[in-house]
Amino acid sequence: MRKILIVGATSAIAEATARVWAQRGDKLFLAARRETQLQSVADDLRTRGAPFVGTQVFDANALDQHVSLLQAATEAMGGLDTVLIAHGTLSDQNRAQTDAAYAMDEIHTNGLSVVHLMGLAGEQLASQGHGAIAVISSVAGDRGRQSNYVYGSAKALVSAFASGLRQRLSKQGVHVVTIKPGFVDTPMTASFKKGALWAKPEKVAADIVNGVDKGKSVVYTPGFWALIMLIIKHIPEFVFVKLAL
Amino acid sequence: MAVTSSYTSWGRVLRPEHELLPLASRHAALPALPDGSATMLPYGNGRSYGDSNLNPGGALLPGRQLDRFIAFDPSTGVLRCEAGVLLSEILRLVVPQGWFLPVTPGTQFVTVGGAIANDVHGKNHHVAGSFGNHVRCFELLRSDGIRRVCSLTEHADWFAATVGGLGLTGLITWAEVQLRRVANPFMVTESIRFRSLEEFFELSAASEADHEYTVSWIDCAFGGKRLGRGLFNRGNHAPAAMETAWVPRGLAQGGDPHTRTVPITPPLSLVNSLSLKSFNTLYFHKQRRDVVSGMQHYRPFFYPLDALLEWNRIYGPRGFYQYQCAIPPERALKATRALLEAISASGMGSFLAVLKQFGAPASHGMLSFPMPGTTLALDFPNQGPRLHKLFEALDRIVLEAGGRLYPAKDGRMGAALFKAGYPRWSEFTSYVDPRFSSGFWRRVMEQA
Ligand SMILES: Cc1cc2nc3c(=O)[nH]c(=O)nc-3n(C[C@H](O)[C@H](O)[C@H](O)COP(=O)(O)OP(=O)(O)OC[C@H]3O[C@@H](n4cnc5c(N)ncnc54)[C@H](O)[C@@H]3O)c2cc1C
Repeated sequence: MRKILIVGATSAIAEATARVWAQRGDKLFLAARRETQLQSVADDLRTRGAPFVGTQVFDANALDQHVSLLQAATEAMGGLDTVLIAHGTLSDQNRAQTDAAYAMDEIHTNGLSVVHLMGLAGEQLASQGHGAIAVISSVAGDRGRQSNYVYGSAKALVSAFASGLRQRLSKQGVHVVTIKPGFVDTPMTASFKKGALWAKPEKVAADIVNGVDKGKSVVYTPGFWALIMLIIKHIPEFVFVKLAL
Repeated sequence: MAVTSSYTSWGRVLRPEHELLPLASRHAALPALPDGSATMLPYGNGRSYGDSNLNPGGALLPGRQLDRFIAFDPSTGVLRCEAGVLLSEILRLVVPQGWFLPVTPGTQFVTVGGAIANDVHGKNHHVAGSFGNHVRCFELLRSDGIRRVCSLTEHADWFAATVGGLGLTGLITWAEVQLRRVANPFMVTESIRFRSLEEFFELSAASEADHEYTVSWIDCAFGGKRLGRGLFNRGNHAPAAMETAWVPRGLAQGGDPHTRTVPITPPLSLVNSLSLKSFNTLYFHKQRRDVVSGMQHYRPFFYPLDALLEWNRIYGPRGFYQYQCAIPPERALKATRALLEAISASGMGSFLAVLKQFGAPASHGMLSFPMPGTTLALDFPNQGPRLHKLFEALDRIVLEAGGRLYPAKDGRMGAALFKAGYPRWSEFTSYVDPRFSSGFWRRVMEQA
């Protein structure tokens, strides 16, 4: 039985992942901003079979709450061995181009707050000598594109930080999985036209659970994104600048 | 920002554009209607066949987004969940804990909201009534923001309007259902061959006391002497004290069903009169003996079609219709025979002709479909005007016999037939949410 802290637990990807863990009988501790949503998700996971579901209303941007969240989760579950960091916002690129304060807020939410929590969780798991951290980054972090480079650069920070942390902590029994979803059909993306590249949160969840179980390093989900991003990363800059991606 | 996408129902005849209004949570108010859309309609899992779950030119509320369990008490079998939870998810949760759905339609891929809005029936109607008979309460959210918890005692009028209310009275956000006990996932079943309609009625009468579930397949491809032949299936949940040797091998674990999907829509309907006749003959002679008994997992017993996901695609791009009627007992034999004769003479019948006796338990909904008598359901590939002429002939038989058609299966009945079959329609209209409508509703409310 795992003892899992899920941050951003009301996001569609986190919730779908939590359902798999609940059905397996893992203990869960959920943190999210919106209280009524958080309680609905907790009730659902209890009904689905999670032997324990704790909750804490939590704003990831309040960095001074990160230590107490880790403590609360550890105490409530009688230990902590897995952390899923899944909070985030979908930045409005157009607004971020003219509103610098907004851009910095987005980078704080999607980048800085994530690496802050990852670092703290990593120390705690390393001190006990085992555990796993799964962090939701994005294919958008692989290369900055004009359509979403504010969000993308925050995710690039997450990916690079996770890569270094993985290398260091792998020697101390802790493994770090970077999850890179492509387009996911969630309430956050409800206003987008969906095409063949869109995946359901359940698919992403299955890949996350599998990535944690198998100790994978970087998980593109669905897997075809590894190929798409390989191509995008290798487009020479003089061509890339002319594209409208 | 509004998005439109095309939505269709199980019959795939229409695929109109709709605006989609996401549902953030069961606690949130209904989304505002975008400019230009006069009305909205909840859409469950799209298993209704016609246009009662479509709102062409308007907006849809994707009911599946409310898919959380709220509470389940394994000591009483009371389950509370959001309205977008699928019956398949409920079974997955409760069967291992010794509970089962009190009533289930022939597919497990419907939502709780859809099951209430059509007050669906199953093979146990003669003992259990329809789905709404087991709904303890639900919350109804109206476009004016008012929420009502409805039950037989609280807001009983809203309860009666919303059970079988075709999604028109507001959005059901959550519901509480009383489940029934089972000892295990298995069914003790019997399949009996019959050669005439009279035999079907005799078998029904003889089976109802001792069998919770009864349903028949009836052959519609042939007229004359072979008219009315079929297979009568009956069953019960297996008892607790069961010889384990009975359990068919490979079923004991009850893993997920093997499912296959029809991956593409063939350019033509694969269902034509030739394939029909051979299928029906095969089915009828599938069993050698007149009575075959056995033990089955509940899935193949209740949901034989679910093993082939999206089987509706075999009817090709023009889609298909289902025609399901209910006929009161006094006229049942005569009218059923007349219907079967008209169908076999037309050569357009389907291999999915299902015949079942409804029983006495009264449904709670103003517009609930089930009533004491006989129900017949058939699929027809969409063949345009030729088929609609047949439907009109069938309508006349149903009307004359004092029967009604099932809105969940309907994409074409006229206002007169609807109003004759559902005498409480005008009482119902005062409960319709002014911001809600459907293609079906606009059609049957037209002045004749
Ligand atoms: C293979 C197959 C077998 C079937 N067998 C049977 C059977 O044996 N007996 C039977 O009775 N039916 C049967 N049906 C029909 C099916 O059970 C009904 O059409 C059912 O209502 C479909 O539910 P859905 O969730 O797909 O809803 P949809 O078809 O999407 O919608 C059905 C209705 O429910 C309303 N609705 C959906 N969600 C809500 C909500 N949250 N609040 C308010 N209204 C809502 C919609 O507006 C619509 O009017 C069968 C269908 C198939 C495909």
